[in-house]
Amino acid sequence: MYRTKIFDHVILLFGVFIMVAPVVVAFMTSTHEAADIHRNGLSLSWGGHFVETYKTVLTRQGGFTGKITGFNMMLNSMILGLGFAVGKIVLSMLAAYALVYFRFPLATFFFWVIFTTLLLPLEVRILPSYEVMNTLKLTNTYTGLIVPLLASATGTFYFRQFFKSVPDELLEAARIDGAGPFKFFIDVLVPLSRTMMAAIFIIMFVYGWNQYLWPTLMTTDEGFFTLVRGIKQILLVWVGSNIPDYNEAFALAILAMLPPVMIVVIFQRWFIKGLTESDK
Amino acid sequence: MTTATDLLPAARGGTGTETRGRRFGAFRLFGGQSNSGGESTAKRVQFASPFLPYLFLAPQLAIIFIFFYWPSVQAIQSSFYLEDPFGFGSTFVGMTNYTDVLKSGEYLGIARFTAVFTALVTFFALSIGLLLAVKADGVIRGNAAYKTLLIWVYAIAPPVAGLIGMMFFDQHIGPIVELARWFGWDIKVGLNYFDTAFSMVVVSVWKQIPYNFIFFLSGLQGIPVSVREAAAIDCRSGFRRFWTVILPLLAPTAFFLLIINVTYALFDTFGVIDVMVKDKAANNPITLVYKVYMDGFRGNDLGGSSAQSVILMLIVFVLTIFQFRFIERRVHYN
Repeated sequence: MYRTKIFDHVILLFGVFIMVAPVVVAFMTSTHEAADIHRNGLSLSWGGHFVETYKTVLTRQGGFTGKITGFNMMLNSMILGLGFAVGKIVLSMLAAYALVYFRFPLATFFFWVIFTTLLLPLEVRILPSYEVMNTLKLTNTYTGLIVPLLASATGTFYFRQFFKSVPDELLEAARIDGAGPFKFFIDVLVPLSRTMMAAIFIIMFVYGWNQYLWPTLMTTDEGFFTLVRGIKQILLVWVGSNIPDYNEAFALAILAMLPPVMIVVIFQRWFIKGLTESDK
Repeated sequence: MTTATDLLPAARGGTGTETRGRRFGAFRLFGGQSNSGGESTAKRVQFASPFLPYLFLAPQLAIIFIFFYWPSVQAIQSSFYLEDPFGFGSTFVGMTNYTDVLKSGEYLGIARFTAVFTALVTFFALSIGLLLAVKADGVIRGNAAYKTLLIWVYAIAPPVAGLIGMMFFDQHIGPIVELARWFGWDIKVGLNYFDTAFSMVVVSVWKQIPYNFIFFLSGLQGIPVSVREAAAIDCRSGFRRFWTVILPLLAPTAFFLLIINVTYALFDTFGVIDVMVKDKAANNPITLVYKVYMDGFRGNDLGGSSAQSVILMLIVFVLTIFQFRFIERRVHYN
């Protein structure tokens, strides 16, 4: 018995090593100078250039137009992550509320209209989606960046399941007390859903922050670049140069993963709850 | 232990069937035997209002119509047309775009690679995730620490994972390249087809392990203690116990993850691939989604790209239906 336990720990530690080591190495390497990395390869030791590299990455005006800084990209990522998460929660709570708590003729039809979107991911219709955005003149806008990503039913499905599990007696009691649809929603359902909202918020923020394909298509103006979208740009600049700026590339990668990783680690409980109960 | 179990639908919700209902509800709708969309499960008491439900549904519906149905219909429509390269209108060409795509050796090669890539990523991500989950479920001390350390990679975006992967597979500084050289294998990512494919699989698997780990661990911890104890009495061999008792109980989770992983390998790995081939798709392995993107945005072949989109839609559609009609029946849920 005892021996198998040690063996279990060995496997787990190996797993942890594989998952954690690449990122630790990326971080440590980012504190070295580019020439140093070029000469000695990746590193596990502290390079001592942490402050200057990250300061350069965050504040230097780079890109083709020479205007975009790492800080701007971070701000754009934040706007995308927050906008997406908030939008998703608002839209899907309202829709789920209508579907669960109202009797109306077209309910089943609308249910299907909404849930069919679960079948096809955005990736299979990128080109026509892009054309639509062009027609609507939404390319290079925050609206164009955020709103099309909201066109899926993941959140709605999640809240619908949750609302259904809320006891009927609550609505009965609320109606006896004279509460209308708005009052019931705001005073009863929203407070009840607080944990669910937090869980879905975390999942959606990470999802939004990590978007890559859609921002790549939607933004050609560097002022709208997100950190994740900017990764590609770094690599393109990098291909031609003699001694690539490995340190800056790593630093940007670390910055791009920091907020979502922090959120997942800090709110792990809610994160797992949201993930395992909401499908995505 | 309590903190772990009360996260789980199974532990909170009661029977396994309920768990499945919640988790698979979205997909089961398309399996034909579901009633969750109908009136049968509606609330006993509901509001009746002539316009309020429509008001609440309006924002979601508007967005879905503009950004889901409109482009989807457009994709189907333009797949039957040939766009003039200089933008002077388009001509109806029937199925030509489809036959052109399906007859192209290049497209079929990419389809074959996509199939192999998807199979490899799904298999390794699932089995490593399962192995780690079983081990983490088995140890008591350090359980929470292992969990935190194993899941946080989930939060890293695919292209960022791709960038880190690029560094590890870099000609000059990559430790994996050095390691392989030791065994006489000279990895040249971006130049050698097989090496590039190998590094793509490694990075894609790495990125997906945490997700599978979370779900398998949840599934494992949802198995009642009484069942485990009974199994431990009946069957002494740990491996056989796992194979005959635990694994069938995990089947719903594994089944759900199978779909998610296939979808991940088909679509979400776009970022990994895009970073790793760096726009030089010529001799590099790419997946079908990447081909849609290349033809549509680099090649300006609207009709061909749309036809490929529609083919992908059909693949996703058939996959979903197939998995729920055929595989679901063979999975034991109770």
